[in-house]
Amino acid sequence: MRKNLNVITAYSIMMGLIILVGIFQSWNIALSIFNLCLISAVMTMGANIQWGYAGLINFGIMGYTALGGLAAVLISVDPVQDAWSAGGFDVLTSLFIIIGMIVAIKFILKRYEKSKIRTYFIASIIIVGIIIIRITAEPGIEAIEAIDPAKTGFLGGLGLPIVFSWIVGALFAGGLAFVVGKVALGLRADYLAIATLLISEIVIAIIKHEDWLTRGVKNVIGLKRPAPYEVDLQTTGWFIDLVEKFNSGKLALISDLAERQSALNQLVIEGSSLFVKLCYSGLFLIVVIILLILTQKALYSPWGRMMRAIRDNEEAANAMGKNVVKQHLLIFILGSAIVGIAGAMLVTQDGLFTPGSYRPMRYTFLIWVMVIVGGSGNNFGAILGGFAVWFLWIEAAPIALFLINFFTSGMAETNSFKVHLIESVPYFRFLMMGIGLLLIMRYRPRGILPEKIEIK
Amino acid sequence: MDFLNAIILLLNYIFVPALAYGSQLALGAIFVTLIYGILRFANFATGDMMSFGTMFTILFTWYFQSLGISLGVLPTALLAIPFAIIFMSGYMLLVDKFVFKYYRVNKSPPVQLAMVSIGVMFVTQAVVRIIIGPSDRRFFDGEKFIIKAGEFKELTGLNEGLAIKSTQVITIVVTMILVSILFWFLNKTKTGKSMRAYSDNEDLALLSGIDPKKIVLITWIIAGILATIGGALYGLDKSFKPFTYFNNMLPIFAAAIVGGIGNPFGAFLGGYVIAFSEILLTYAYRKFFMYILPETMEPGGLVQLLSTDYKFAVSFSILVIVLLYRPSGIFKGKIL
Repeated sequence: MRKNLNVITAYSIMMGLIILVGIFQSWNIALSIFNLCLISAVMTMGANIQWGYAGLINFGIMGYTALGGLAAVLISVDPVQDAWSAGGFDVLTSLFIIIGMIVAIKFILKRYEKSKIRTYFIASIIIVGIIIIRITAEPGIEAIEAIDPAKTGFLGGLGLPIVFSWIVGALFAGGLAFVVGKVALGLRADYLAIATLLISEIVIAIIKHEDWLTRGVKNVIGLKRPAPYEVDLQTTGWFIDLVEKFNSGKLALISDLAERQSALNQLVIEGSSLFVKLCYSGLFLIVVIILLILTQKALYSPWGRMMRAIRDNEEAANAMGKNVVKQHLLIFILGSAIVGIAGAMLVTQDGLFTPGSYRPMRYTFLIWVMVIVGGSGNNFGAILGGFAVWFLWIEAAPIALFLINFFTSGMAETNSFKVHLIESVPYFRFLMMGIGLLLIMRYRPRGILPEKIEIK
Repeated sequence: MDFLNAIILLLNYIFVPALAYGSQLALGAIFVTLIYGILRFANFATGDMMSFGTMFTILFTWYFQSLGISLGVLPTALLAIPFAIIFMSGYMLLVDKFVFKYYRVNKSPPVQLAMVSIGVMFVTQAVVRIIIGPSDRRFFDGEKFIIKAGEFKELTGLNEGLAIKSTQVITIVVTMILVSILFWFLNKTKTGKSMRAYSDNEDLALLSGIDPKKIVLITWIIAGILATIGGALYGLDKSFKPFTYFNNMLPIFAAAIVGGIGNPFGAFLGGYVIAFSEILLTYAYRKFFMYILPETMEPGGLVQLLSTDYKFAVSFSILVIVLLYRPSGIFKGKIL
């Protein structure tokens, strides 16, 4: 108990802060912060596996998040039959051509020695392949995008429940991580950071502009939900009864019947959105707890010990017969897959997929701040980092506003300096993040909850 | 005649814009490469430092405009740049003193410094947005075109016009002058040589009596000059928006690595490699072929290798290819 004291204290403070938001702002805000904290926690667990366990730097978190989101679309949206009949054949042909190209290149790489001729041959296969694909796919893509572009204009998905996409998102992200890892993992740390950052930008560019697959910047809205809809809840008998029972004390004070009915209606409307958010919280909590158990088990397993050995001294681990390259690739895939789950969860919660909103600031660098601040190598630390940083990210604007008003209280309301400061309140969150990161890196470089390894 | 038209077409839509864009990237890439070579970390705050310098340029431009000072046909910003550089270098030295110095003295691994630079990126971005706001700003004044497309057509009697913006010429000329001075400084002066020595082998340089503090100081000042001028030229040619500057960090990194990181000349050429490949691969050559080929062979489509949406993706793909086949860059930078 004693040795976990700091973990318990830190988490109680965090929960207390969220409850304070619930009391002083509203429970709705508190719950939406809590849900996004949980999603951030999943992301930080993924990044923590890569950075904390293995020392691999991955600045491509944005790309994996977006792929997870794409999975949510491709799994849950109903297939667009017209689009499939209009251009499905062309797209499938192009897919087979791509597979053919990959097989051919693999074959050449295996069969022939490395030489200039081989390189040129592979390059020519790629160039010719791209030209053929453009010729075959173009009419199909145009046909698909022409079908009711205001509503669909894409192939649609499989029409399955959206929760499945959490697994598929992990598979997508893991698949991308396999390719990226094969290409880039041999690089030195800071090159790896730059390479992964740029590759994630390529992924986003593709998602943004391949309208036939993702609808691109036209966004996909109205995705299915794993939770009930507010409107349905408001007309459901048991839910109204539940709200009535919950607020019976408050309602009993109102004597007038009509007034009591309208108060109840108001409460039901508020309660329905709270209930939906609680459903999401439950689902997300299940994911977080499962992942936490798995990652904790992995951390203390022989495998986790081997990963730390590789992280701390690659050459020694290699000399002990551990396959460093293979393990790096494995952990790169695992971590990215977890980020993919988070991406799918995020889209599930929002109910919409907006490729334009994926920006490296929010989805890569902020996640890294979370990992560093929370404590890399410690799963509880990573989750706490996700909670604390996301909380600050949301609450930075009110805090900044309060501070500005406090320090400029002597100035007149129309003072142009004060007005300018108040107008730029949204940007203080960047300032707080930056200063927080710098302070933590300087004075507590191992994070709020540092890595603590005891071998039992 | 058709052949001349085709040439002018390419000049107008590919060569001149790519040269200007490449110059802007080149300055940023030299900035990245200097920091990497001498201070030994990948600076993720590059784009935001450039926007910080540009912000000062804009503030001084506004101040001069309010005083009624202008350079006539040239943009007022050119007058503001030297003042902006002073502030920018001051900011760089301040950041170094309070942030980077600690890790340099402690000999932290480069990854940690890169993380710290992310903190600096957040702070710089916030300061820029708080001071000047996130919106799009144009601060160009003076004569806009050197040759307008219409005038060129009248002058030569060709079908295709060649429009040259004055900002494009200013960009190219300023870059050439600045880069020449920089290379002269690095190769011929004693300080420059000691900087190169420090970059090549730190311990040996220290043994031969080179003062590391002086090297670091001069590196940050040069970095401040490059960041301010590069940013201001980009802002003059296009427009100033903090978010675009942040994004520009990515092609700049690509240029620095493609050219061989740690090698200033490589970074300089890398900027043009990235700019030209971005524009060459995403330009629609239909009109070009219409001029060159006989009428019967005219192409039906746009004859575009990649859609313009993938402009950024092109440079990143080049980077990935270079990293795979020649990780030290085209012009041999530091070995990985």
